Amino acid sequence: MSDRLSARFAACRADGRAALVTFVTGGDPSPGGTGAILDALVEGGADIIELGMPFTDPMADGPAIQRANLRALGAGTTTRDLLDIVRGFRDRHPDTPLVLMGYANPMLARGAGWFAREAAAAGADGVICVDIPPEEDEALGPALRAARLHPIRLATPTSDAARLPAVLRGASGFLYYVSVAGITGLQQAAQHSIESAVARLRAATDLPIAVGFGIRSPEQAAAIGRVADGVVVGSAIVDLVGSEGENAPAAVRSFVSALAQACARQEHAA
Amino acid sequence: MTLANSLRTQPDERGHFGQFGGRYVAETLMPLILELERAYRAAKADPAFQAQFDDLLEHYVGRPSPLYFAERLTEALRDSAPAGMGPKVYFKRDELNHTGAHKINNCIGQILLAIRMGKTRIIAETGAGQHGVATATVAARFGLPCTIYMGARDVERQSPNVFRMKLLGAEVRPVESGAKTLKDAMNEALRDWVANVDDTFYIIGTAAGPHPYPELVRDFQSVIGREARTQMLEREGRLPDLLVAAIGGGSNAIGLFHPFLDDTEVAMLGVEAAGHGLDTDQHAASLAGGRPGVLHGNRTYLLQDEDGQISEAHSISAGLDYPGIGPEHSWLHEIGRVRYESATDREALDAFQLLCRTEGIIPALEPSHALAAATRKSREMEQDRIILANLCGRGDKDIFTVADALGVAL
Repeated sequence: MSDRLSARFAACRADGRAALVTFVTGGDPSPGGTGAILDALVEGGADIIELGMPFTDPMADGPAIQRANLRALGAGTTTRDLLDIVRGFRDRHPDTPLVLMGYANPMLARGAGWFAREAAAAGADGVICVDIPPEEDEALGPALRAARLHPIRLATPTSDAARLPAVLRGASGFLYYVSVAGITGLQQAAQHSIESAVARLRAATDLPIAVGFGIRSPEQAAAIGRVADGVVVGSAIVDLVGSEGENAPAAVRSFVSALAQACARQEHAA
Repeated sequence: MTLANSLRTQPDERGHFGQFGGRYVAETLMPLILELERAYRAAKADPAFQAQFDDLLEHYVGRPSPLYFAERLTEALRDSAPAGMGPKVYFKRDELNHTGAHKINNCIGQILLAIRMGKTRIIAETGAGQHGVATATVAARFGLPCTIYMGARDVERQSPNVFRMKLLGAEVRPVESGAKTLKDAMNEALRDWVANVDDTFYIIGTAAGPHPYPELVRDFQSVIGREARTQMLEREGRLPDLLVAAIGGGSNAIGLFHPFLDDTEVAMLGVEAAGHGLDTDQHAASLAGGRPGVLHGNRTYLLQDEDGQISEAHSISAGLDYPGIGPEHSWLHEIGRVRYESATDREALDAFQLLCRTEGIIPALEPSHALAAATRKSREMEQDRIILANLCGRGDKDIFTVADALGVAL
């Protein structure tokens, strides 16, 4: 497996801080405009990039990312454009891990094998598929593993003890803890519930644990960073891409740098 | 009794119909649909559940629905058919159900399941509004709060049903995303469900979605085919030669077909909506114009582009305006047990008017598609043959759409 992800988590741990994981939608505001946004994420201090694959029916996403999907598709973004965005990023940033995140249908449209090979060749490190649970792993998992991509699994507040082993079986890269039962970008979970959930997950796996959903401010990111290995921020950045137009890279850079500083100042509990 | 090689034993234990079906949902929902599956298995094995379901179907819905020989329609079709052609046409009259369509059968089953599971809030999606009305109806009957998601465009073209749902105490939330039709309403219902997993039961209206929905919706709707089979044997002493039903998601069709699947002498025809024509991009025929993919929890035939982006469907019938189809139909299509054809908006409108004038029945636009295909088939079938078409809904809700299409100002 590509080890950019584990190397980055290890480096952050050595720094005594959580990794900052940032999400934007590929092709937003346009296929040609995403590269500058990704550069701004890295310049601002993001450790890991989650690049969303736009889809017509993003049923796990809230209004912010729904709009980003519409902007990307409205600008004509194709799967090939997305792979070009990954390739360009990998050329410019050889050490920053990038994972693709999206829905099953665009990943399976030309066959799981095609997608996994192309994504790996372009320089992706892992894949998060929202609507392929462990029960349907064979639709995509074997192809990802064959291409040496990390299949990154999601755990949620509803993943109880009986279910966790199934979620963890075949998972690699990191474990993404979706901290609220809900869609992206809306409410944040209570800090104490996140702390107990992360403790529960730590007891079950050695994978790094990144926490996401509803984290919008540097203060929230710092609080989560004290208990998790990674902090995922998505909708708040995506909103900036939507509102700032041509100034989006600068606005994103400054916001991400505030997030990164908040994560760096903390005393890591682990 | 099912045969050793029966076609009626699908899906497998993981909810797959061949390569179709399955459970393609976000992790948050996965424990819920596993719980739903356990609850459904227990209910299915519980005679008290079945007895309550049957009792409500009889006394609240008005079942069994009649099997009706459409004598004047049969004569009219014989008049225009080649000599000796023109089979007897029967209708399964599910438009006479309480709320005017087959949708209520499934809603009764699912709300009983919801109550059994201790859920206290109901949500549903709706296209034409028939499933929304049926869901609002059972929610009122059992005193549960109910939220219906409906595409904003459908809210406009089906305003009588919107008002019905409100009268029944439901909250109707117009969905402004995407093409503002059934697909988008389903996305929004899924978003609601994932955020309200503890107390909410999602009553899916068609035989699609993640396992076990395609199976349980089919089972609840199979009352249509079981009754029809018995009634036809009583009336004609034999089974029909051809079953015909319209397909959006396909719940009325699978309900009619499933009890007959092992009757090899019975042919079956599912009718997709061809909209402005299969040679345009304005249709809703997922089998004819789509390919397998994953949407709304299941793998099935979908209208989509080469990147897997879902296409917008079009049909004059809001109830057929969906870019997918239930997974069991995809499977029956691939194994060849059921034949699938389509009918255009125009053909459905013609069939709609034909039935009004020959039988005094105003059908919904959905079964008008089935009727159009039955009309076509009748030219190739001899007079001693029998067609059984599912009249799955009545047309009161569609009169404004039809008037508009015919250029009549009301």
